[in-house]
Parts: sequence; structure tokens; C-alpha cells
Amino acid sequence: MNLECIDLSIGYRQPIAENINFTLAQGDFLCVLGANGTGKTTLIKTILGIMRPLAGKVLYDGQKEHCRIAYLPQHLNVQQEFPATVGEVVLSGIMVHHHGFFYGQKAKKKADDIMRRLNIRELKKRSYKQLSGGQRQRVLLARALCADNELLVVDEPVNGLDAQAKKQMYAMLAKLHQEENMTIIMISHDVQQAIRYATHVLDMQAPMMFLSKEHYIKNKQMEISSWA
Amino acid sequence: MGVIWNKLLYYLQYPFVIYALIVGILISLVASLLGVTLVIKKYSLLGDGLSHVAFGAMAIAAILHFSDELPFTIVITIISAIFILKKGNNAQLSGDALVAMFSVGSLALGYLGLSLFSTTSNISGDVCTTLFGSTSILTLTLTDVVISVVCSLLIIFIYLINYHQFFALSFDDEHAKASGMNTDRYNLILAVITAVVIVLAMNLVGSLLISALIVFPALSAMRVCTSFRSVTIAASLLSMLCAFSGIVISILAGIPVGPTIVAADMFLYVMVCLWNGGKR
Repeated sequence: MNLECIDLSIGYRQPIAENINFTLAQGDFLCVLGANGTGKTTLIKTILGIMRPLAGKVLYDGQKEHCRIAYLPQHLNVQQEFPATVGEVVLSGIMVHHHGFFYGQKAKKKADDIMRRLNIRELKKRSYKQLSGGQRQRVLLARALCADNELLVVDEPVNGLDAQAKKQMYAMLAKLHQEENMTIIMISHDVQQAIRYATHVLDMQAPMMFLSKEHYIKNKQMEISSWA
Repeated sequence: MGVIWNKLLYYLQYPFVIYALIVGILISLVASLLGVTLVIKKYSLLGDGLSHVAFGAMAIAAILHFSDELPFTIVITIISAIFILKKGNNAQLSGDALVAMFSVGSLALGYLGLSLFSTTSNISGDVCTTLFGSTSILTLTLTDVVISVVCSLLIIFIYLINYHQFFALSFDDEHAKASGMNTDRYNLILAVITAVVIVLAMNLVGSLLISALIVFPALSAMRVCTSFRSVTIAASLLSMLCAFSGIVISILAGIPVGPTIVAADMFLYVMVCLWNGGKR
């Protein structure tokens, strides 16, 4: 999917960030950086269609509406006490487009395949609320992948994870990017690690810059050497 | 024991008892289905608030001498439900503050209106009946039964068809939106169903106790079951059981129906908690 942000202005009532312009082609990996309050989460919520832009537009393959986008929110935003099994959570990514009380065979098979790839197939009947942070992240990632396989938006995926879980999450994202050619938009505070995998960087800290990874690194190196 | 059994069989000959059982069981069923979603979305008090709005609407209909208060009450309650569920997402007015405003306001204005303008002789009695549903379920006409049964079956059908959408809405509505689901539409459907269930349930347990019908079976089920599907099924079965036993006990003992059903729900919840506590 081709994603374009054109003169985008985002925020709740007052604009948090304005004049956002960038384009992503299928297979790009965009890392969104910036301190808290610069509008990173607001931007991705606008791209996902959860919030309306205050001005400008977002185009998906030239269309104003998107069909579906894979979304991995910060796991803190999800209801913690909800009674649901891992299987039900993962299947909800597909089932929003199906009606009726039961799950179809195709849907169950797709969910099973994705859970196997993420090594959570054994957790299928376990209660979601009893899982560890790292396990929950993988479940939510599985749900996201059930929803779409072209564009994945991830919000601080390694927040609160231990070192091992962090490594696994980054490895999975890298695999999705390289092997499946998914477009990935990732918000991260972990600048060093995030830049490793990205092809492009959007720095929301004023002045806002959208650069390819190489340009961004060059910029930063020039910045650092100018202090010396 | 034999005496009680014979007494029960005797009562079961009467149509009004059969009507009460059919309507009571169906309404508890739909209320508990909704309860699973509403409790989880932390809208437990929505049932309470809307029931007070329904009370206020019914009061207005009575004052204005409508021949049948039900359609007017349903419409007003639906509009309030939609308003509360929509505006509840606004940062300034949180869901429960809004519910509180509507709820208490309607109750006060309704009672005030009835006191000032009503022509019936026993205002307190009428109000008490509407609030606690003392014997209304035992005085249902065939029309009332047909309406209640048709609405209940319709709601069950709508719920089952949109089961996955309601699940997604309750678990993570932002993700549902990102996946391409029209969350506004399903919030609307939920609001309308909730309003209809509440107005129907006023006949069963009265407006003050409706929250219990919605909330307790769901809470009991959530203590025992792991998956959303099993919670839904368990809540339905438990609520039907409590409605049946509540109605039977109240008929045999000659006590008000509504509070008896609620007492049964509460008793079950306490039992489930103790059983769960003993397991750990």
C-alpha cells in the first residue's frame, strides 16, 4: 500500500503538529521519533482513522478511506481484566468483518498459522489477562497480523519488556519487514535500536523532519560533531 | 415438600403465571447478554441511569394521558442511551458523570411531575410499582407478552449476528476501528438494544433494580469462566435460572417478584465468590 500524508495537521482541538508531508511505498520501515507530547501517537491514530485530521489528508493508494491496517497498540491501552482467551483475541483481528456466533474454518486456520509463526500457538486456550507483558505483545501482534498484511503500525512495541522479549520483538518486526515486505510505521523511544531496522525516520521534534535513514544519521553526526 | 410442589402446579395452571415465567426468563436472558458487554466497558451504571430516564419518560407519558406509555418511553430512552454512549467518550463529560446527571434528573422531574399533575389517586403506589416492579409482571396482558417476546427474540438475534463486532468493541474499540469496523454503527446498535431491554425489564424488576439484572449474572460468570464465549453462555444460563427461581419463590411465598429475582442473583454471586475463594 502507498501511504501519503499531505499537509496534515493533527491534534484534538488545537493542532499538536502541522504541515506533515511524507510518502511511504510498500516495504518502507518508518521510525517515528520525538519526545513525549510531540504528537507521535496522535499522528498514528490519525493515520489509522481513529482520529480525524484537523487539516490536510491521508491517502491510502490514492483513496481517502482505508480498508484495514494492522495495529499493535501499547499493551497498556487494552483492557486488562477482560475475560478472553488468546485465541479469541487473535481471531478478533479477522472476525470484525464476519457476522454470526461461530468462527469459520478459514479464519481459524489463518489465526492458527499466525500464532504458530509467533510461537504462541500453545497459549491459544489460556486467559489473556494471565499472560506476561511479552506474551501479551505477541498476542496483540498476532491479532494485528490477522487484520492486515500490508501496513503495520506499532506504538512503542518494546515499552516495559525485558531484554529478551525486546530482542524477540525487534527480530519479529525485522522478519515481517524483510521477508513479507510489510510497510511498518513504528513509534519508539529506543532510538539506537529502532534506527537499525528503519529505512526512513520521521523526527517529530521541531523542526519536523522526514528523512531516509542515511540522511538522518548524517544529520545527527553533523549535529554531534558541531558540538565538539 | 409435596405441599409446595402441589401449590406450584396449581399456580402453573394460570396463564398469568406462565406469561410471567416466559417474559421473565427471556428478559433476564437478554439483560445478561448485554451485561457482559456493558460491565466490561465499565458502563454498569448505564442500566441504572437509563432506567431512571425511562421512569421520567413514563411519568411524562402518564401526565400527558397517552393511552399506551410504552412507545414514548422506549423512544425517549433510546435517544438518551445514544446521547450518553456518544458523549461518554468526550473528555469533558465522562460516561458516568453524564449517566448520573440524566439519571437523578429524570427521577426527580418524573416524581415531581407526577405529584403535580397526575390524576390517579395513589401516586406513591404507582411510583413504587414502577421503581420496584412489585406485581407488574403478574398482570401482563397478552399484548404485553407478545411485544416482550418478539423484542427479546429480536435482540437475541441481533446480538448473535453481531457477536464478534460487540466483542471487538468491548475489548479494544480503537483496534476495531483500525481494522476497518464502523464502531459508531455498533455503538448505536448497542445503545438502542440497551434502551429497549431496560424499558422491557422495568416490568420485571422495576427501574431501580434493573442494574442488578444486567450486572450480577455477568459478574458471576466472569468469576468462573475464562473465555468471552463461555462467560456469555454462563451469564445467560445463570440469569435464566435466577429469574425462574425468583419468580417461583415469589409466587409461592407471596413476596414481590422484582426484589426476589435480584436476591437470587446476589445469592448466586456470593456463592460463586465463596466457591472460587475456596478453590485458591
